[in-house]
Amino acid sequence: MLVEALVLSAILFVIGTAGVLIRRNAIIMFLCIELMLNAVNLSFVALSRYLGIEGQLYVFFVMTVAAAEAAVGLAIIIAIFRHYETVNVDNFNLLKW
Amino acid sequence: MVDLLFYVFAAVVLGGGIGVVLARSPVGSLLFMLATLFAMAGIFVLFEAHFLAAIQVMVYAGAIMVLFLFVIMLLNLGHDFRKDFTHGAGMIAAFAVAGLLAGLLARQLRGTGDHPLYAFFPGPEGMDALLAERGAVGAIAHPLFTDYVVAFELTGILLLMALVGAIAIAKQRV
Repeated sequence: MLVEALVLSAILFVIGTAGVLIRRNAIIMFLCIELMLNAVNLSFVALSRYLGIEGQLYVFFVMTVAAAEAAVGLAIIIAIFRHYETVNVDNFNLLKW
Repeated sequence: MVDLLFYVFAAVVLGGGIGVVLARSPVGSLLFMLATLFAMAGIFVLFEAHFLAAIQVMVYAGAIMVLFLFVIMLLNLGHDFRKDFTHGAGMIAAFAVAGLLAGLLARQLRGTGDHPLYAFFPGPEGMDALLAERGAVGAIAHPLFTDYVVAFELTGILLLMALVGAIAIAKQRV
Protein backbone atom coordinates (compact mmCIF):
# COMPACT_ATOMS: atom_id res chain seq x y z
CA MET A 1 0.00 0.00 0.00
CA LEU A 2 3.00 2.31 0.52
CA VAL A 3 3.91 2.62 -3.16
CA GLU A 4 0.28 3.17 -4.15
CA ALA A 5 0.00 5.97 -1.59
CA LEU A 6 3.17 7.63 -2.90
CA VAL A 7 1.87 7.42 -6.47
CA LEU A 8 -1.49 8.88 -5.37
CA SER A 9 0.38 11.66 -3.58
CA ALA A 10 2.39 12.44 -6.74
CA ILE A 11 -0.73 12.51 -8.93
CA LEU A 12 -2.53 14.77 -6.46
CA PHE A 13 0.45 17.12 -6.34
CA VAL A 14 0.47 17.37 -10.15
CA ILE A 15 -3.29 18.07 -10.14
CA GLY A 16 -2.70 20.86 -7.62
CA THR A 17 0.12 22.33 -9.70
CA ALA A 18 -2.00 22.21 -12.85
CA GLY A 19 -4.83 23.89 -10.96
CA VAL A 20 -2.63 26.77 -9.81
CA LEU A 21 -1.46 27.27 -13.40
CA ILE A 22 -4.83 26.83 -15.12
CA ARG A 23 -7.17 28.77 -12.83
CA ARG A 24 -7.10 32.58 -12.66
CA ASN A 25 -9.33 32.90 -9.59
CA ALA A 26 -7.13 33.68 -6.58
CA ILE A 27 -9.36 31.73 -4.15
CA ILE A 28 -9.29 28.57 -6.27
CA MET A 29 -5.52 28.92 -6.70
CA PHE A 30 -5.37 28.94 -2.90
CA LEU A 31 -7.50 25.80 -2.76
CA CYS A 32 -5.11 24.12 -5.21
CA ILE A 33 -2.19 25.03 -2.95
CA GLU A 34 -4.04 23.33 -0.09
CA LEU A 35 -4.40 20.33 -2.41
CA MET A 36 -0.63 20.23 -2.90
CA LEU A 37 -0.06 20.49 0.87
CA ASN A 38 -2.44 17.57 1.36
CA ALA A 39 -0.58 15.52 -1.24
CA VAL A 40 2.64 16.00 0.71
CA ASN A 41 0.83 15.17 3.97
CA LEU A 42 -0.24 11.87 2.43
CA SER A 43 3.39 11.03 1.63
CA PHE A 44 4.42 11.85 5.19
CA VAL A 45 1.67 9.71 6.72
CA ALA A 46 2.32 6.75 4.41
CA LEU A 47 6.04 6.79 5.15
CA SER A 48 5.52 7.32 8.88
CA ARG A 49 3.76 3.93 8.99
CA TYR A 50 7.16 2.37 8.26
CA LEU A 51 9.73 4.89 9.46
CA GLY A 52 8.37 6.10 12.79
CA ILE A 53 6.07 8.70 14.32
CA GLU A 54 8.06 11.77 13.15
CA GLY A 55 6.25 11.80 9.81
CA GLN A 56 2.94 12.35 11.58
CA LEU A 57 4.49 15.15 13.63
CA TYR A 58 5.55 16.94 10.46
CA VAL A 59 2.00 16.61 9.13
CA PHE A 60 0.82 18.24 12.36
CA PHE A 61 3.13 21.22 11.75
CA VAL A 62 2.22 21.41 8.05
CA MET A 63 -1.47 21.64 8.99
CA THR A 64 -0.76 24.45 11.47
CA VAL A 65 1.25 26.41 8.93
CA ALA A 66 -1.45 25.79 6.31
CA ALA A 67 -4.06 27.24 8.66
CA ALA A 68 -1.93 30.35 9.28
CA GLU A 69 -1.24 30.69 5.56
CA ALA A 70 -4.92 30.39 4.68
CA ALA A 71 -5.90 33.06 7.21
CA VAL A 72 -3.31 35.59 6.01
CA GLY A 73 -3.83 34.76 2.33
CA LEU A 74 -7.59 35.16 2.51
CA ALA A 75 -7.13 38.47 4.35
CA ILE A 76 -4.89 39.63 1.49
CA ILE A 77 -7.52 38.50 -1.04
CA ILE A 78 -10.19 40.49 0.81
CA ALA A 79 -7.96 43.57 0.83
CA ILE A 80 -7.25 43.17 -2.90
CA PHE A 81 -10.94 42.63 -3.69
CA ARG A 82 -11.80 45.83 -1.87
CA HIS A 83 -9.38 47.69 -4.12
CA TYR A 84 -9.94 46.05 -7.54
CA GLU A 85 -13.48 44.58 -7.16
CA THR A 86 -12.21 41.25 -8.57
CA VAL A 87 -10.09 38.28 -7.52
CA ASN A 88 -8.91 37.46 -11.03
CA VAL A 89 -5.11 37.39 -10.92
CA ASP A 90 -4.88 38.74 -14.49
CA ASN A 91 -5.80 42.13 -13.06
CA PHE A 92 -3.04 42.16 -10.45
CA ASN A 93 -0.02 43.26 -12.50
CA LEU A 94 1.60 45.69 -10.09
CA LEU A 95 4.76 43.58 -9.79
CA LYS A 96 4.81 42.43 -13.42
CA TRP A 97 7.33 43.94 -15.81
CA MET B 1 -10.40 -5.27 2.66
CA VAL B 2 -7.95 -2.54 3.57
CA ASP B 3 -6.62 -2.48 0.02
CA LEU B 4 -10.13 -2.21 -1.40
CA LEU B 5 -10.94 0.67 0.96
CA PHE B 6 -7.69 2.37 -0.01
CA TYR B 7 -8.63 2.25 -3.70
CA VAL B 8 -12.13 3.59 -2.97
CA PHE B 9 -10.68 6.51 -0.98
CA ALA B 10 -8.00 7.08 -3.60
CA ALA B 11 -10.66 7.29 -6.32
CA VAL B 12 -12.58 9.88 -4.27
CA VAL B 13 -9.37 11.84 -3.61
CA LEU B 14 -8.46 11.94 -7.29
CA GLY B 15 -12.00 12.71 -8.45
CA GLY B 16 -12.25 15.49 -5.87
CA GLY B 17 -8.87 16.89 -6.87
CA ILE B 18 -9.83 17.02 -10.54
CA GLY B 19 -13.18 18.52 -9.51
CA VAL B 20 -11.42 21.30 -7.57
CA VAL B 21 -9.52 22.27 -10.70
CA LEU B 22 -12.38 21.94 -13.19
CA ALA B 23 -15.46 23.06 -11.20
CA ARG B 24 -16.80 26.29 -12.63
CA SER B 25 -17.96 28.06 -9.50
CA PRO B 26 -15.71 28.58 -6.44
CA VAL B 27 -18.31 26.99 -4.16
CA GLY B 28 -18.27 23.86 -6.34
CA SER B 29 -14.49 23.74 -6.09
CA LEU B 30 -14.77 24.03 -2.33
CA LEU B 31 -17.24 21.14 -2.07
CA PHE B 32 -14.98 18.93 -4.19
CA MET B 33 -12.11 19.93 -1.87
CA LEU B 34 -14.21 18.82 1.12
CA ALA B 35 -14.74 15.40 -0.50
CA THR B 36 -10.99 15.15 -1.07
CA LEU B 37 -10.22 16.06 2.54
CA PHE B 38 -12.68 13.50 3.94
CA ALA B 39 -11.35 10.73 1.72
CA MET B 40 -7.82 11.74 2.71
CA ALA B 41 -8.82 11.39 6.37
CA GLY B 42 -10.01 7.88 5.52
CA ILE B 43 -6.63 7.05 4.00
CA PHE B 44 -4.95 8.43 7.16
CA VAL B 45 -7.02 5.97 9.20
CA LEU B 46 -5.89 3.12 6.95
CA PHE B 47 -2.30 4.13 7.74
CA GLU B 48 -3.09 4.06 11.49
CA ALA B 49 -2.80 7.84 11.84
CA HIS B 50 -6.07 8.18 13.74
CA PHE B 51 -5.29 11.46 15.47
CA LEU B 52 -4.32 13.12 12.19
CA ALA B 53 -7.52 11.83 10.57
CA ALA B 54 -9.57 13.48 13.33
CA ILE B 55 -7.56 16.70 13.01
CA GLN B 56 -7.97 16.58 9.23
CA VAL B 57 -11.75 16.47 9.55
CA MET B 58 -12.06 18.97 12.41
CA VAL B 59 -9.41 21.55 11.54
CA TYR B 60 -9.03 21.23 7.78
CA ALA B 61 -12.56 20.37 6.67
CA GLY B 62 -14.25 22.04 9.61
CA ALA B 63 -12.30 25.25 10.10
CA ILE B 64 -10.10 26.10 7.14
CA MET B 65 -12.67 25.20 4.49
CA VAL B 66 -15.36 27.14 6.34
CA LEU B 67 -12.97 30.12 6.35
CA PHE B 68 -12.68 29.76 2.55
CA LEU B 69 -16.47 29.51 2.31
CA PHE B 70 -16.91 32.68 4.39
CA VAL B 71 -14.56 34.58 2.08
CA ILE B 72 -16.32 33.29 -1.06
CA MET B 73 -19.68 34.32 0.38
CA LEU B 74 -18.26 37.67 1.50
CA LEU B 75 -16.95 38.61 -1.94
CA ASN B 76 -19.47 39.18 -4.69
CA LEU B 77 -17.74 37.22 -7.44
CA GLY B 78 -20.55 37.36 -10.02
CA HIS B 79 -21.59 34.56 -12.33
CA ASP B 80 -19.20 34.90 -15.24
CA PHE B 81 -16.70 32.15 -14.50
CA ARG B 82 -15.21 31.87 -18.02
CA LYS B 83 -12.46 34.32 -17.12
CA ASP B 84 -11.40 32.00 -14.30
CA PHE B 85 -9.49 29.77 -16.73
CA THR B 86 -6.37 30.72 -18.66
CA HIS B 87 -6.64 30.72 -22.43
CA GLY B 88 -4.44 29.84 -25.39
CA ALA B 89 -0.69 29.91 -24.76
CA GLY B 90 -1.14 30.07 -21.00
CA MET B 91 -3.13 26.81 -21.05
CA ILE B 92 -0.50 25.05 -23.19
CA ALA B 93 2.29 26.32 -20.92
CA ALA B 94 0.35 25.15 -17.84
CA PHE B 95 -0.08 21.64 -19.25
CA ALA B 96 3.56 21.56 -20.32
CA VAL B 97 4.74 22.45 -16.81
CA ALA B 98 2.33 19.97 -15.18
CA GLY B 99 3.41 17.26 -17.63
CA LEU B 100 7.07 17.97 -16.91
CA LEU B 101 6.42 17.70 -13.17
CA ALA B 102 4.45 14.47 -13.68
CA GLY B 103 7.31 13.03 -15.73
CA LEU B 104 9.89 13.96 -13.09
CA LEU B 105 7.78 12.41 -10.31
CA ALA B 106 7.11 9.26 -12.37
CA ARG B 107 10.84 8.91 -13.03
CA GLN B 108 11.49 9.32 -9.31
CA LEU B 109 8.83 6.76 -8.33
CA ARG B 110 9.62 4.15 -11.01
CA GLY B 111 10.73 0.94 -9.35
CA THR B 112 10.19 2.43 -5.90
CA GLY B 113 8.73 -0.81 -4.51
CA ASP B 114 11.85 -2.89 -5.13
CA HIS B 115 14.42 -0.20 -4.44
CA PRO B 116 17.29 -1.66 -2.34
CA LEU B 117 16.69 1.02 0.31
CA TYR B 118 13.34 -0.60 1.14
CA ALA B 119 15.11 -3.64 2.56
CA PHE B 120 16.20 -1.38 5.44
CA PHE B 121 12.67 -0.16 6.19
CA PRO B 122 11.71 -1.24 9.72
CA GLY B 123 8.21 -2.33 8.70
CA PRO B 124 4.94 -1.48 10.44
CA GLU B 125 5.59 -3.65 13.51
CA GLY B 126 7.51 -0.90 15.34
CA MET B 127 4.70 1.60 14.80
CA ASP B 128 2.09 -0.96 15.87
CA ALA B 129 3.97 -1.53 19.12
CA LEU B 130 4.29 2.22 19.73
CA LEU B 131 0.58 2.78 19.10
CA ALA B 132 -0.38 -0.12 21.34
CA GLU B 133 1.84 1.24 24.12
CA ARG B 134 0.91 4.93 24.03
CA GLY B 135 -2.31 5.18 22.03
CA ALA B 136 -2.90 7.25 18.91
CA VAL B 137 -2.71 10.63 20.69
CA GLY B 138 0.05 9.78 23.13
CA ALA B 139 2.30 8.52 20.36
CA ILE B 140 2.27 11.99 18.79
CA ALA B 141 2.06 13.98 22.02
CA HIS B 142 5.15 12.47 23.64
CA PRO B 143 7.71 13.57 20.99
CA LEU B 144 5.77 16.80 20.43
CA PHE B 145 6.30 17.91 24.03
CA THR B 146 9.84 16.59 24.41
CA ASP B 147 12.05 16.56 21.31
CA TYR B 148 10.00 19.01 19.24
CA VAL B 149 8.84 21.37 21.97
CA VAL B 150 10.75 24.35 20.50
CA ALA B 151 9.07 23.89 17.12
CA PHE B 152 5.74 23.53 18.93
CA GLU B 153 6.18 26.84 20.77
CA LEU B 154 7.36 28.57 17.59
CA THR B 155 4.18 27.32 15.88
CA GLY B 156 2.18 29.06 18.59
CA ILE B 157 4.03 32.32 17.89
CA LEU B 158 3.42 31.82 14.16
CA LEU B 159 -0.31 31.43 14.75
CA LEU B 160 -0.37 34.61 16.85
CA MET B 161 1.47 36.48 14.10
CA ALA B 162 -0.97 35.14 11.49
CA LEU B 163 -3.90 36.24 13.67
CA VAL B 164 -2.57 39.77 14.10
CA GLY B 165 -1.52 39.98 10.45
CA ALA B 166 -4.85 38.78 9.10
CA ILE B 167 -6.78 41.32 11.17
CA ALA B 168 -4.39 44.13 10.26
CA ILE B 169 -4.55 43.34 6.53
CA ALA B 170 -8.31 42.79 6.32
CA LYS B 171 -9.15 45.94 8.30
CA GLN B 172 -11.22 48.55 6.49
CA ARG B 173 -8.40 51.04 5.89
CA VAL B 174 -6.08 49.67 3.17
